[in-house]
Amino acid sequence: MTTIRITITLKPGVLDAQGQAVLQGLRTLGHDQVSAVRVGRYIELSVPDGIRATDLDQMCEQFLANPLLEEWRIDDLHQTLLSVGERTG
Amino acid sequence: MRFGVVTFPGSNCDQDCVYVLRSVLGQNVDEVWHEDRSVDGLDAIVLPGGFAHGDYLRAGAIAARAPVMSAVGAFARAGGPVLGICNGFQVLLEAGLLPGAMLRNQGLRFRCLPVFLRVESTDTAWTRTLREGQVLQLPIAHGEGNYFAPEPLLATMEEGHQIVFRYSDADARLTPEANPNGSVRYIAGVCNPAGNVVGLMPHPERASESLLGSADGRLLFESVLAFLSTRQMSPAGALR
Repeated sequence: MTTIRITITLKPGVLDAQGQAVLQGLRTLGHDQVSAVRVGRYIELSVPDGIRATDLDQMCEQFLANPLLEEWRIDDLHQTLLSVGERTG
Repeated sequence: MRFGVVTFPGSNCDQDCVYVLRSVLGQNVDEVWHEDRSVDGLDAIVLPGGFAHGDYLRAGAIAARAPVMSAVGAFARAGGPVLGICNGFQVLLEAGLLPGAMLRNQGLRFRCLPVFLRVESTDTAWTRTLREGQVLQLPIAHGEGNYFAPEPLLATMEEGHQIVFRYSDADARLTPEANPNGSVRYIAGVCNPAGNVVGLMPHPERASESLLGSADGRLLFESVLAFLSTRQMSPAGALR
């Protein structure tokens, strides 16, 4: 078994109201060096060793992410990047 | 007519829909559970508001993959009228039965207030007895109603008259103040290309008796009844 880490964030062009609110909070605390914040979702999957990246991509595209709004990054336990996905349109 | 109102774990407006359809409009209503696999015998289906599966993952995402949704999808593809209200709208978006997606409200606030809507298309099963440009007053109550679609999709939707309602003021003007959640192009409701599936964020079932401040919501249900009785007379009559 291995652990897969999936990070889902809004696509760059999509307004991240939550990120903006967090940025505001950081500024209020005096952290002026932060220029932008994007808030996403983090998901861990326990899967058999050697699972195919295409299967993981399919899980993201079909269900874990909304391809209209979001993009995803899939890493294994050692933080080796397996895939970066998005669907245009 | 026989309506189906679908309940998911976390739906909380299902009984309001059942009440309006059964007691206000005198229709037959089947209460459909999310694990049911058949919607046989129904003339129209309503997906009610609420927080199905606690909005986990994304609002509507888990409900959209419930067993009942395969049957709802087949019903919709066969031309059956389906209405998604608030969370029900989010479920239809996640199920791919309607175009677009929902973001958190601009300003991040849960907005709960009466709003005005301008009717943009009467070419749908749920708005055919309304008038284009007519203004309705209905309540909203949501935190994720900021409608989004990429520009090319919006262009296709505008061309296909798939934008059914826009937030407006009482005089049908589109002003930034009238847009309660930041929705792109003031969009409050959309339909599929055929016009039989409609989703909207405001709650028609909470405004179907004048005692509640507005009975405008009733017009959507009366519209589908008119649509269904016309269809009974000429079953082949396509909507669009």
